[in-house]
Amino acid sequence: MSSVLVLMEQRGGIWNRMSFEALAAGQQLAAKLGIECSAAVLGENLDTLASELTGKNLAKVFAVQYELLKTYTSDGYVVVLEQLLKHAAPAYVLMPHTYQVRDFAPALATRFKQVLISDVIAIHDGPIFVRQLLQGKLNADYKHSSAGPCFLSVQAGTFRAEAIEAGTATLENFTPQLEASQIRSTPGEPFREAAQTIDLSAAPVIVSVGRGIGEQENIAIIEELASALGAELAASRPICDNGWLPMERQVGSSGQTVSPKLYLAVGISGAIQHLVGMKGSKTVIAINKDENAPIFEVADYGVVGDLFEIVPALTKAVLAAKS
Amino acid sequence: MKILVAIKQVPERDAPISIAANGKWIDEGGLSYTINEPDAYALEEALQLKEKTGGEVVVLCAGPERVTSTLREALAKGADRAIHIEADDLGERDTLGVAQLLADAAKAESPDLILTGLQSDDLGLGQTGVVLAELLGMPHATIIMQVEVTGSSLKVKRELEDGWFQHVEMPLPALLTIQSGGNKLRYATLMGIKKAKTKETKTVQPAASISSKAVTLERVYLPEKQKQTEMLTGTPAEVATKLVEKLKFEVRVI
Repeated sequence: MSSVLVLMEQRGGIWNRMSFEALAAGQQLAAKLGIECSAAVLGENLDTLASELTGKNLAKVFAVQYELLKTYTSDGYVVVLEQLLKHAAPAYVLMPHTYQVRDFAPALATRFKQVLISDVIAIHDGPIFVRQLLQGKLNADYKHSSAGPCFLSVQAGTFRAEAIEAGTATLENFTPQLEASQIRSTPGEPFREAAQTIDLSAAPVIVSVGRGIGEQENIAIIEELASALGAELAASRPICDNGWLPMERQVGSSGQTVSPKLYLAVGISGAIQHLVGMKGSKTVIAINKDENAPIFEVADYGVVGDLFEIVPALTKAVLAAKS
Repeated sequence: MKILVAIKQVPERDAPISIAANGKWIDEGGLSYTINEPDAYALEEALQLKEKTGGEVVVLCAGPERVTSTLREALAKGADRAIHIEADDLGERDTLGVAQLLADAAKAESPDLILTGLQSDDLGLGQTGVVLAELLGMPHATIIMQVEVTGSSLKVKRELEDGWFQHVEMPLPALLTIQSGGNKLRYATLMGIKKAKTKETKTVQPAASISSKAVTLERVYLPEKQKQTEMLTGTPAEVATKLVEKLKFEVRVI
């Protein structure tokens, strides 16, 4: 029987929270198609995590406990998941769009002569899977057109973890065949560069700058606006890549996740990697010269224009209003 | 060491985008193209590795005739050779089909290391590199910030989420997908542009015919607004006054 299988992600016994959004997506897709939904988790010492999953509305929970899976490796996951998928034979394999999934899922899909539909932001009847193209400028409908399993990863915030239905599931321990020699890479312990000294997640007001600023020296005008508003200064990835602002000021999927009262985005186009980090903002104001910039899709107030004229005028007006 | 860099040509970031008449892709007429930015970081990493350890950097790109301008730019920056896989039908292929083209050409070169960007600025599927590694039977690592080659093995720094990193070691040959920001991108010098003209660009025909696609792109369209956006217009001073009103009375941060 065809089914949906959700691959849950954990590290050292701690869930990646995005897994539960994927689980919600899996339950909803299965309900839509009138098929069963199951979930799987890989690693070592998974009893607690697996029993948490058996309390959800799922047909089965596959626990794949194996010493060589204690630490994530692409090779280990691909070999074992190929075996699990052949055993469980799902029609759809759903995963959260995490860095780990991005590392192994394309190789896993290749083993089944399939292509991962990554970064899905909506699932419509059909089923049709919606993802973004060209840095969020366009949406695209994708269809799975082959007999093998359909591999999908869902973008953060697309489905709500609170929507997961409770129930009871059968636990199945799956024992994989994996030799140490099949794992070609040796991962080290995760580390952080330096202590994060700026906690953007708690900032009530954030002024954030993107590519539109053009040059490093221009950032001064954004700093002036931020200081006039008593705001934290933040940036999109390219600004930090260029070394114009430190990495710890980056908002987005590879940076910090923020939820301020006000997020003022200046010269930021709004690629999905950035939107993921700022979507918790209560009010969004965007200033951008491109009226079609995706940032305007999530902005409450938008200004299309030259930031080099608007930002200094705004700073002046803010200071005047405060005095 | 022979390093192969798989690059893609994509529309310029600021290029105005309109949807093609068939609604299945963008209108390519009059578009200007450039190197996919993450691939530019992959090329930069390759050039720096060559400067440290010697060897050769070969750039590889599949696509129509126009992609040769991107290959020439890579040569001008310092790549030694270029391979153009002549393919006018990339839109007819899914990731597996495109990766197969690259794999066939890569096999003939037997490189020690293959680098590519972590995703493309147009499709953004973020998997061609990993699929290519799988087709070639090579180990891979993704979202790489730093690369260190020691003899026949590789030590890389991988970016994880939320500001975490990890070192990973693996044997060569291997494939890495490169994250932006690990290095500063170089510009082509005038000398480089001159030299590029004398460098070899080989054109190869695709070995693999199009197999049936695993996924199809059915339709492209403008995204629907998630919020009702109020657009503020006027002179900069007028816009500033309107914004301050909002900040004072609606957002209440002043």
